[in-house]
Amino acid sequence: MNGDINLPREAVITERIQDSQDTFTMRLSVSGVDRFSFLPGQFNMLYLYGVGEVPISIVPDGDSHNSFDHTIRVVGRVTNGLGELQPGARVGIRGPFGRSWPIDMAKGRDLLLVTGGLGNAPLVGVMEHLVKQRDEFGHVDLLHGVKQDAELIWHDRYQKWATLPNTRVLLTADNPSPDWSGSQGTVVDLFSQLSITPQNTTAMLCGPEVMMLAAIERLRGMGVVDSNIWVSLERNMQCGMGKCGHCQMGPKFVCKDGPVFCLSEISGYFGKKGI
Amino acid sequence: MNQEQKFLPRHDLDRLLQQLKEESYNCLGPVVRDGAIQYLPITDSSDLPAGVELDQVPAAYQLEFTDGDRLFNWSNGPQALKPLLFRPRENIWQVQRDSSGNLAFSQADESVEPTAVIGVRACDLAALELQDRHFLVPGAEDPHYKKRRDSLLLIGVDCSQPSDTCFCVSTGDGPDLRSGFDLAMTELEDGFVLRAGTKRGQKILDALNLSAATETQLQQVAIQSEQATARQRRLLPDAGVQKLLLQRPEHPHWQNVAERCTACGSCTSVCPTCFCFSEHSETNLDASVSQQVREWSSCFIPNHSNSHGHPVRADIASRYRQWLTHKLAGWQEQFGRSGCVGCGRCISWCPVGIDITQEVNKLVEDTG
Repeated sequence: MNGDINLPREAVITERIQDSQDTFTMRLSVSGVDRFSFLPGQFNMLYLYGVGEVPISIVPDGDSHNSFDHTIRVVGRVTNGLGELQPGARVGIRGPFGRSWPIDMAKGRDLLLVTGGLGNAPLVGVMEHLVKQRDEFGHVDLLHGVKQDAELIWHDRYQKWATLPNTRVLLTADNPSPDWSGSQGTVVDLFSQLSITPQNTTAMLCGPEVMMLAAIERLRGMGVVDSNIWVSLERNMQCGMGKCGHCQMGPKFVCKDGPVFCLSEISGYFGKKGI
Repeated sequence: MNQEQKFLPRHDLDRLLQQLKEESYNCLGPVVRDGAIQYLPITDSSDLPAGVELDQVPAAYQLEFTDGDRLFNWSNGPQALKPLLFRPRENIWQVQRDSSGNLAFSQADESVEPTAVIGVRACDLAALELQDRHFLVPGAEDPHYKKRRDSLLLIGVDCSQPSDTCFCVSTGDGPDLRSGFDLAMTELEDGFVLRAGTKRGQKILDALNLSAATETQLQQVAIQSEQATARQRRLLPDAGVQKLLLQRPEHPHWQNVAERCTACGSCTSVCPTCFCFSEHSETNLDASVSQQVREWSSCFIPNHSNSHGHPVRADIASRYRQWLTHKLAGWQEQFGRSGCVGCGRCISWCPVGIDITQEVNKLVEDTG
């Protein structure tokens, strides 16, 4: 890192993948750097020249040391512009920022990963860790929901993860097409197919807040305590370092203290209107 | 202790300013401009607000011009030291794009000169210490703030005339200077009692070669301090306020305040500890250079909390709650103390006179 924490580094787009109609992946490597290290669940501030920055979760690119992915849904000015960029184009990167998923704490336990929409991006790093160190964990359930099956990205990854031992992958779509092979309904509807050991399960959730709140209610009902439930939150993150103040939720800076939180740390604030 | 306190006769104040200039400091001091006290460049003591007194009440700030000699006989101006360090608007970096699309990022250039600020108050210094905790977090120091912070020499003045809106006694931050100054002054009728807080301050004090303050002068200092303390009547609840505010997001009084609050953001711009900012890019006409601009922001602006295009805090009640709860409770967890230093600025400069001390007392007393 250079001395100025505010200053982005140049990164080059090495590959661009259209994942779905409104979602694409840019594969990046930071100029002049052999290694870009990050932990699953961390994010970068991604800068589009002359337009601005957006916080985007970091997705690992296999075993590469200096290449990583940002999978982005086109929703606004910056993401729209980023979507226009082709391989060879340059962007700015600040990061990695934020707290990662509690992989070490979860070792020896069962995992329940619940994601919705593009909330699967922050958890790819956890699944890729599992691919390499499957015997560190007990049973693993991976639940993912989309609105329509056309929105499902990363078919290859899900197929690969489903072949891991003692691992179940359940996919669902709210409004599936006739050739959809997964379930129909919300990701929380998939909970009826689970048979977990509550005290031995660590749950990791990422997706729309309403989805996570519904999942939390079900998990609590199944006997999973708040200290074993982890969530990744989205707020207005502009600096990434707990300086600009926009992402605050209660006394927490979501960018710095999170974005991954243990539910017991934030149960007084999370889901409360206007906090 | 006594021999360390020196007396500078009023007619010799310019010797202090001259000494600062000899040590290559630019001098800023309180100056009356646009109907308010502001820290601005001064050349000599004639620039200082002789005889100026100040009446501050909720929603009003009124200077009074008397024929007295005192230069620091007022409480504070609309801004503390914050804008000198955390600029209202500044470029923090720039990026050049060449014809091949390569991006070269560089820190925004800024030359910073040693600057002495005269007349700083205890509340200003307490706020500065809090801003330091935020912008100078070890490992995440803001280089722009740090550069300016390192350039400052701070000459404080014990506050002799707190305003009706002041409550620094209640927050434990004043009216006398506690810490954070290089040199401290207490203004008496015929001059100033000086004491050093740092080696840099001591060096200046030594260079002035002053005689020790007399017992009588030190007694006058003590009496003045007691009187200034006794003038303050506003109280901010202390014990338990953090927990109570966090536990009462649904208290009906938040809505009561919201019916008066215009969400103008005056309180956050005059608050010496508010630190929120926004960034945006400004690109030149041929799109070869883009500046990243950092500007003060406010939690009262609707899009401050925008997430997915919608504000998390959509109504004024939730925004006022965010401001107050962050100030008095969030700060405790984030920085180890309350974010309020009792300067009272948010009370005077609120166009509708919302009084933080009264609102907090309502929120804490009533069970809702």
